[in-house]
Amino acid sequence: MSSAPLLEMRGISKRFPGVIALDNVSLQIGRGEVVAICGENGAGKSTLMKILGGVHQPEAGEILIDGRPVKISGVTDSMKHGIAFIHQELNILGNLDVAANVFLGREPKNALGLIDSKKIHTDTLPFIQRLGLEVSTRTRLDNLSIAKQQMVEIAKALSLNAQLIIMDEPTSSLTLTETKRLLELVCELSEQCVSIAYISHRLGEIDTCADRVVVLRDGKNAGELTHEEASHDKLVNLMVGREIKSIYVEPKGNRAPGFFKVRNASSSLHPGKKVSFDASRGEIFGFAGLVGAGRSEMAKAISGLEDSPEKDIFLDGKKLSIGKPRDAIDHGIYLAPESRRAEGLVVEMTVRENISLPSLEHFSRFGLINRTHERKIAAEQVKSLNIKTPGIETEVLNLSGGNQQKVVLGKWLAMTPKVMILDEPTRGIDVGAKAEIYRLMRELADDGAVILMISSDMEEILNVSDRIAVMHEGEISGVLERADCKEENVMQLAVGKKIPAAKAAFEN
Amino acid sequence: MRKEIGIFALLVVLCAVTGFENPRFFSQANLANTANLIGLYGIFSIGIGLVIITGGIDLSVGSMIALNGMLLVMALTEWHWPWPLAALFALLVPMILGLGHGLLITRFKLQPFIVTLCGLLLYRGIARFIARDTTKGFGDAEGFKTLQSAASGKFFGLPMPFVILIVVAIVMWIVLHRSVYGRYLFAVGRNEEATRFSGINTRWIVASTYVLAGLLTGISGILFAFYTNSVSPSNHGNFYELYGIAAAVLGGCSLRGGEGSVIGILIGTALLLVLQNLVNLLGIPSSLNFAVMGAVVLAGVLADQIFQSRSARKDTGPTKN
Repeated sequence: MSSAPLLEMRGISKRFPGVIALDNVSLQIGRGEVVAICGENGAGKSTLMKILGGVHQPEAGEILIDGRPVKISGVTDSMKHGIAFIHQELNILGNLDVAANVFLGREPKNALGLIDSKKIHTDTLPFIQRLGLEVSTRTRLDNLSIAKQQMVEIAKALSLNAQLIIMDEPTSSLTLTETKRLLELVCELSEQCVSIAYISHRLGEIDTCADRVVVLRDGKNAGELTHEEASHDKLVNLMVGREIKSIYVEPKGNRAPGFFKVRNASSSLHPGKKVSFDASRGEIFGFAGLVGAGRSEMAKAISGLEDSPEKDIFLDGKKLSIGKPRDAIDHGIYLAPESRRAEGLVVEMTVRENISLPSLEHFSRFGLINRTHERKIAAEQVKSLNIKTPGIETEVLNLSGGNQQKVVLGKWLAMTPKVMILDEPTRGIDVGAKAEIYRLMRELADDGAVILMISSDMEEILNVSDRIAVMHEGEISGVLERADCKEENVMQLAVGKKIPAAKAAFEN
Repeated sequence: MRKEIGIFALLVVLCAVTGFENPRFFSQANLANTANLIGLYGIFSIGIGLVIITGGIDLSVGSMIALNGMLLVMALTEWHWPWPLAALFALLVPMILGLGHGLLITRFKLQPFIVTLCGLLLYRGIARFIARDTTKGFGDAEGFKTLQSAASGKFFGLPMPFVILIVVAIVMWIVLHRSVYGRYLFAVGRNEEATRFSGINTRWIVASTYVLAGLLTGISGILFAFYTNSVSPSNHGNFYELYGIAAAVLGGCSLRGGEGSVIGILIGTALLLVLQNLVNLLGIPSSLNFAVMGAVVLAGVLADQIFQSRSARKDTGPTKN
């Protein structure tokens, strides 16, 4: 056996339009080694793994397997080199049974060229037994829990004779017991000399099963820790520790604390977990947290877009009843959703039609649209938000991301907001447009609105918020006042650790 | 508008060619007859068009017309209802059936194709059953002359169905292109999620289009019953939903939803009926009737697709910040 590690990635760089996702990143994984890959949202973990999986091609760098340079130009290449990728969103066919999923595309055939249904099942059995999976090979995947579906994917990886299994946040939708079982399995596989690369946000899990932790930050190697060295503080230190230039703007208006109160908002993502907080008029209240912490779901619950029967919402001392989206809108609570193109805009419609969509009924008579008024409102928003468009009759899909986002804002600013919730307001937007959106948010707050800003961009959350609520697995783990808005504090709370600087999210 | 102009040009060309080959095309009798047919088919086609704009489909129209016509004949000649009551009944039944479709689609998340396909089978069956599978006609029954002349008479020389179509088209044009409701129809058809996020009750919007389609089908149904003067439950209204869908698609409606116009649907209907007329007048074997229609719809949609992708390539890219 050669002494070279199973996998070596050297000087990998990858850029996407507008961002450098990976910059000269290196990674080594030995045989049977479990390596955890850590980093903030957007640090480049997934991109690095997708390069290994053949999903992306790097611009620079080389990949060596068993010391021999290889080129991975597609998913099949990656499989050929013994790499299996278990994505966060599982790649399974729910309408087929276990055996059909394991041997998809490699079905054993009989003399007639049809699927040899006996062989496919006998061949599948050893793999699922090896994983301790107690299901029939004839069970449809639909009828299995997510944890078991994941096991089937691992069985498929083993049947492909995978030497390295990449798992992208494998436990994000598992229960505690299922997580424990998966971690045991990772250890067992590593004893059987299968290497595992494991992306996770959960430091506890990394502690349980990783031999080594590789930390990425801003698309670069930030450092490595052995199992013995790895501790919460050291990890967080490696994940953060970047200079952030402050562009924070002090609020001008008066803050009215307790103007907007949310109690017991829940969502289907984290059943049983509740979110309660108080927000002030005139503040930008940031919501930080790792992907999957339940921030967007909270926003949807507040806006009546998701069922949350036990929630109580108070605005300016009055209790509101919000059962459907229209209720929230009628009370001046608006959401600029995370997914602009899917939820925020009807992109094939014009700027005018998009801006007027939620407010049409306010300027119609006998159900007919007052078109002069409609054009006026659209033109006003285009002007005041400085939306760069050939005109109000341009279809939104022809605008750049930043200008599309401004159209989303224009929809709501046309009806003065009392509470404006912005979910990832600057995702995929260039620097110039970002600054404009920050300025707009500050102006809105100064004019007396409550701004709730959900953001996974650390720089943004630290620079724009007056206070930050940090969410962890469906709950607010703490609120930071402006003076305590430090990257370390946010990260500690985001992984669920208690810190002294954190305040309670609400007063009774 | 571009789509409508294209197909309108095609309509003009077809009329000119037919008229040139056989001058009888422009005879008063032929024109009146064609206008009458355009009226009959156009009204329910607008209803189907509305449903298509929200991204749905209605396959039950033909059977609804049969059931509706049968109920009207029976109400007037067998149950001896006063004609206003019978007419109201013939409008309400399809609206209630449409509401049923709408609720099954929005509340129970069934696919419009399936729901209305079941409607197609169900209503045809009911129509045949209540009539004991026999043709029933108005014969020389008395007491509904007013309804009869309102449905099949003339108004200033124009056939009533055509006049009613014009009225319906004007009202529906306002509803679709000038009202808040119409705007919501297009928005739902394009992106239901974003429309819901804008505080619009998208389920109600979608369901209501099936009710409206029911109403327009009901009006058409009454007119057809008086046009044929008797209703044969096994073939009255057969395939009419397909005429409606073809007219809407020719007129610029996209089955993906969010596109279409009342004018387009009108021109589409006219085109289909002129084509049939052309087959008759130019001595083309009438067995080719459907084949000619299919070929023209296909050619029209194909030409539009090619034209669109050409002009999309010519468009300049996205504007930058």
